[in-house]
Amino acid sequence: MATAFSTAKFSTQPFPLNPTSTTSHDSSIVFARPTSQFLGSTRKFRLTSSSKFNLSRRSKTVVAVSDVVKQKKSKSSPSLLITKEEGLDLYEDMVLGRAFEDMCAQMYYRGKMFGFVHLYNGQEAVSTGFIKLLKQQDSVVSTYRDHVHALSKGVPARAVMSELFGKTTGCCRGQGGSMHMFSREHNLLGGFAFIGEGIPVATGAAFTSKYKREVLKEADCDHVTLAFFGDGTCNNGQFFECLNMAALWKLPIVFVVENNLWAIGMSHLRATSDPHIYKKGPAFGMPGIHVDGMDVLKVREVAKEAIGRARRGEGPTLVECETYRFRGHSLADPDELRDPAEKARYAARDPITALKKYLIENSLASEAELKTIEKKIDEVVEDAVEFADESPVPSRSQLLENVFADPKGFGIGPDGRYRCEDPKFTEGTAHV
Amino acid sequence: MLATASQRILGQSFQNIRPAVSVLRSYSSAAKQITVREALNSALDEEMSADPKVFLMGEEVGEYQGAYKITKGLLEKYGPERVLDTPITEAGFTGIGVGAAYYGLKPVVEFMTFNFSMQAIDHIINSAAKSNYMSAGQISVPIVFRGPNGAAAGVGAQHSQCYASWYASCPGLKVLSPYNSEDARGLLKAAIRDPDPVVFLENELLYGESFPVSDEVLDSSFCLPIGKAKIEREGRDVTITAFSKLVGYALKAAEILEKDGIYAEVINLRSIRPLDRSTINASVRKTNRLITVEEGFPQHGVGAEICASVVEESFAYLDAPVERIAGADVPMPYAANLERLAVPQIEDIVRAAKRACYRSVPLAATA
Repeated sequence: MATAFSTAKFSTQPFPLNPTSTTSHDSSIVFARPTSQFLGSTRKFRLTSSSKFNLSRRSKTVVAVSDVVKQKKSKSSPSLLITKEEGLDLYEDMVLGRAFEDMCAQMYYRGKMFGFVHLYNGQEAVSTGFIKLLKQQDSVVSTYRDHVHALSKGVPARAVMSELFGKTTGCCRGQGGSMHMFSREHNLLGGFAFIGEGIPVATGAAFTSKYKREVLKEADCDHVTLAFFGDGTCNNGQFFECLNMAALWKLPIVFVVENNLWAIGMSHLRATSDPHIYKKGPAFGMPGIHVDGMDVLKVREVAKEAIGRARRGEGPTLVECETYRFRGHSLADPDELRDPAEKARYAARDPITALKKYLIENSLASEAELKTIEKKIDEVVEDAVEFADESPVPSRSQLLENVFADPKGFGIGPDGRYRCEDPKFTEGTAHV
Repeated sequence: MLATASQRILGQSFQNIRPAVSVLRSYSSAAKQITVREALNSALDEEMSADPKVFLMGEEVGEYQGAYKITKGLLEKYGPERVLDTPITEAGFTGIGVGAAYYGLKPVVEFMTFNFSMQAIDHIINSAAKSNYMSAGQISVPIVFRGPNGAAAGVGAQHSQCYASWYASCPGLKVLSPYNSEDARGLLKAAIRDPDPVVFLENELLYGESFPVSDEVLDSSFCLPIGKAKIEREGRDVTITAFSKLVGYALKAAEILEKDGIYAEVINLRSIRPLDRSTINASVRKTNRLITVEEGFPQHGVGAEICASVVEESFAYLDAPVERIAGADVPMPYAANLERLAVPQIEDIVRAAKRACYRSVPLAATA
């Protein structure tokens, strides 16, 4: 919980806050405010729950999950959080993320990859913990640190590696690059370079899900959207605008903050007036959770609750995952400002080692099985590199393709006539 | 008044409408006069009725009936789920519109004026315009950004900028700017049906102006092509290109010039991106002289692009240097007389045309 911050050695002032009882206290106070401030059309828009719903009860339930998780995690508890299959699945996903990113670094220094490459080493628990709970139709919106989000969502490693090499077999045919991974099939809606840019897009995707259910009457549409972003983004205006609108319209979205304490070389504590990001949730009327992002099982428990909330139509959640990136901001970052002792401390909490320990100690898997998985992943990554190496570069004609969805562009159809004169262009009947 | 007129349009089938006023031009069928506001409103209404995926989003579009009353009556008709009043968060709601468009809906995002779009320009350019390219065709963005553009009357520097050239320089966007009611209806319907992001630049001073429209325009499947300019008035001596409000000025200038024996061809650009280079060049090859008229700042403006296009393609046909008439190279002043000096007037167009035709003695660049 909040106590994690106090153990770290940072070069700034100590917190003026009482770290023990902040979360539940704040949530209950804020929800005492009447929720009917946004009158008018929004009242009619809330078809699922009335404004008299006891929100404070709900937030306390969510907050308590972390405590419940702590109890479950203690060795004396007989019931485990995951089954063997789930455990191996999580392990494999995290190892894939780590191995892939390490290979990216190798390839970058060999000149096969270029431009901006931002690696995710150390943060795998957040990606795996959340994305492995999603269905294919749920969507994920990420930032420039999106390779592992793409892999967790199901984009094949070959497609991601080819995209990074700039080959035409990449998931975006080489036109996007490291920072712009898109996949229509897996509902990975990017890959955005500007921080905070993905948050409104994710909110829009969540809006579509709700619109499909309520206006287009697709009754079973319960697609959830996850927005991943960092600690630096939490000071950006778009973040607050979207927290407001998501809570206002009760959109099925989970805002996942990957708080790795550093925005390039800017420490989170130097940049933020109140470093506790989870507190910004209740200010807008949604629960705010803080979870240990280096522990995939804790993240998974919180994710289950948050995604469940969104699927049931109860609205958005803000989840702050305390995590750390083992490498620099990007491969061009010399990473001189971070204290080596801090890095060592977090390296000791490596999520993959932690999960390995858990699986072995709870007899869910043997060393041999985990080694097999690691070997398999090594082969997958090697194969991805080979595939990317052998793939062709985009042809010259690809330069001008895909600027518009309207293939011939400019309103003129393939037969040379104006598209608007084509009878099929005017679909539907207007009743005026 | 306006309210009854719009009710008349929305409430009846178009076959029953008879013209209330005498028409200025003769059409094969009887013509009716509607304001640009009514044209936009009816276009939005019909598109929302035809496709349930179309929804409106913006400040004051719902209960206030639209800041300029363009979306009047739509909240009552379609409900708050499809006509969304947003908080004052341009970046946020523009991004939400883009995200909804990624996932298959067709938002029409209104900016109260396009000056406020600067708060959201990251989403218009980076998430909307570039996405189809970055995702190699996987994710198209069928969104329309609309609102008033350019100078109004006495609203000062921060509310008066014309954004046509800014948006038109960006590949991946389509930029349209209607002049009369026919343009407004046809282009807005085409924009909403188009699978790509469209920036739709209206003009506040034109909202209340009436123009005659034929029955064909009032039909619910009427659409204009994107990327085609219209020759509003044929001529043989000089070509004048303009868009939005200044088409009206150019037409009046052409009437004044006609008295002096100069027959000007007036082109209503309609589509700024893609620019209808072939129509412009064909006209210049006919008349051999070109004046470009726009309201925005002169440097890197629409006129600069048209001039470059003509020099590249029709240089041998030019008998006089291409002249650009643009707004003054200053932020818009507030005082009424200064504002008049900062925006092109009809006299400026007339003088420029005469210079191009060598009818006035000083061939000076400054007026």
